[in-house]
Amino acid sequence: MPLSTQSQADIDQYILIASLDNARNLSNILKAISLRDHAIFNATQNGLKVTVEDSKCLQANAFIQADIFQEYIIKEDAVGFQVNLTVLLDCLTIFGGSTVPGVCTALRMCYNGYGYPLTLFLEEGGVVTVCKINTQEPEEPIDFDFCSTNVTNKVILQSDSLKEAFSELDMTSEVLQITMSPSHPYFRLSTFGNSGNAHYDYPKDSDMMELFQCTKIQTNRYKMSLLKPSTKALALSCKVSVRTDSRGFLSLQYLVRNDDGQICFVEYYCCPDEEVEEE
Amino acid sequence: MQTLFRNNIVDKQNIMDCVATGGNVKVLAKAIHSLSRIGEELYMEPMEDGLALRSVNSSRSAFACFLLSPLFFQRYQAPSDQSFRCKMPIKSVQAVFKSLTSLDRSVEKCRIQLNSEKSRLTITLHCKHGLLKTHNLSYQDCEGLQAVFDKESCANVLQAQPRLMVDTVLHFPPSLEEVNLSVSSDRVWLRNHVEDDTDSSRAMMTELCLSSEEFDHFAVGSQTSITFCLKELRGLLAFAESSGLPISMYFDEPGSPVILSVTDSVLEANFVLATLSEDSHPKNHVNTKRPDTEQPPDDFMSDDMDSFLIAMETSELPGPSHVPTSPPRPTSNRKHSFSEEEALAEGPPNKKFCSLFFGSVLPTPSQLPNQTMQSQEVLASDSEDENQTETS
Repeated sequence: MPLSTQSQADIDQYILIASLDNARNLSNILKAISLRDHAIFNATQNGLKVTVEDSKCLQANAFIQADIFQEYIIKEDAVGFQVNLTVLLDCLTIFGGSTVPGVCTALRMCYNGYGYPLTLFLEEGGVVTVCKINTQEPEEPIDFDFCSTNVTNKVILQSDSLKEAFSELDMTSEVLQITMSPSHPYFRLSTFGNSGNAHYDYPKDSDMMELFQCTKIQTNRYKMSLLKPSTKALALSCKVSVRTDSRGFLSLQYLVRNDDGQICFVEYYCCPDEEVEEE
Repeated sequence: MQTLFRNNIVDKQNIMDCVATGGNVKVLAKAIHSLSRIGEELYMEPMEDGLALRSVNSSRSAFACFLLSPLFFQRYQAPSDQSFRCKMPIKSVQAVFKSLTSLDRSVEKCRIQLNSEKSRLTITLHCKHGLLKTHNLSYQDCEGLQAVFDKESCANVLQAQPRLMVDTVLHFPPSLEEVNLSVSSDRVWLRNHVEDDTDSSRAMMTELCLSSEEFDHFAVGSQTSITFCLKELRGLLAFAESSGLPISMYFDEPGSPVILSVTDSVLEANFVLATLSEDSHPKNHVNTKRPDTEQPPDDFMSDDMDSFLIAMETSELPGPSHVPTSPPRPTSNRKHSFSEEEALAEGPPNKKFCSLFFGSVLPTPSQLPNQTMQSQEVLASDSEDENQTETS
């Protein structure tokens, strides 16, 4: 691998080294959470967690486990930094994203530590590019305090069925209302737009519904502008779990298979816009 | 038991309840999409003999109507005693049938209900995997919308496979507004219409000649040349092409509307376009004295007045045959109002499409009080008459 032309001394200075034969296995999943410019990276022994937040109401996380990487070396318990996600994505796709099978960009991502830039070595077809992206002090991600014990309603759906609904959502509606109930309508997405309202109902016995665990009827509204970007994660995923807790907070977890068939996760947390308790 | 009771009440409030299944859902969606090429609003009228979907453009020079017979639907329930008309922004209805290509794969059934109590149109799509999409749209009550035309009385009738028309139109740029169609006893010419004042050295002229043999039916009464708007026609062409149904064209002399029709056993679509009233050789007709400040028909337009409009034409009036059930009086009234127009303009308006003469509901002769028609010099107020006669 051409990237191994680095000297041992170079390698020793890094506290984090993560390599991929196919950079798309990172760039694709990062695109699924690219709502804002800045992303918080938190690397541990388990792997990489990248967080993006929007107006303190929405948080998107991407998890890339250590075993996804061809090489994953971390010299500290936790390594954290913040980078401009748009710039990072531009660098990861710097070779333009070839669709020719077998041709892909190889990546080695290196980080020296606090104050140092994030260094990317990218190679495709024998051409090597080195990118250094400035890092910032990582912000503390919001803890949405979403724990499984508080979950009132949970469904797991095959993404295909939701993809169509999300692409058709009436964007003139300020909110997306999600109703989950042990009885009809079971799982409903509603919009209230300029020309009227629309409801998308998924019955609990649909063959798209892999899991249906709803204990009580809950209707919550979320800002459309916050949730619409999750369509990117939905498009990549094959399954999605939708959970709400007693406060009406929403957790969307997407199961994503990368180019090599390996599993990664993306999750979105969203605060309710207002709570509507139906009798 | 309680649920049953609720449903019964709801059914009584439904002015209309119909269900389209299978491939007809896509046909319905395509009909709506082609109507959207004409105007911004969709006029809906459920009648005993079918569901009428209509649209008109802002200058009232193009009108389209799809009549879906009860047999088009798996179930059709419409008011038998009352007439009901409503309109809504066509974009809202189009949004229900967004992904046309996947419609026939994903939608099994489409139910349309009109609830007068809540002024609500509900379109429910029953899709695969049990997914149910419900759209509740608000509508406005309105007067009827009906262009006056009579296909039977047209001197010239052509019928062709949609492929022929689509391929022909392909040669013209999508931006082309007006096209000229000329017919002789054995040929048809299609040319782009060029403004008389355009520098002929810069304009691109396209001319296509089709032999009468290319048409399924070719009946030309007299050599004619008409000019009409091509853009508004494209909606019908797209519909006809996807349905595979032949397109029939009915037209007379310039100034009379051209009617394009697509019919099968359960559906009838009519696109009525106004034609320029001018000589059959447009090139010869150069009238530079014409003022630009002609009164457009839109002056009389308002949403409440879509029941009645004046035809702007001066010399080429649609003959009484175009208004089969009306007495001679309206014609003379029209002439009267036109003379006002003539006084304003220095010459006959050339570059002006005639608005189609609209009657809201043409009263049957027995019901027609002469007085009502007399007073309708310029515009009629909402007609009280409920019977709608569609001439076709």
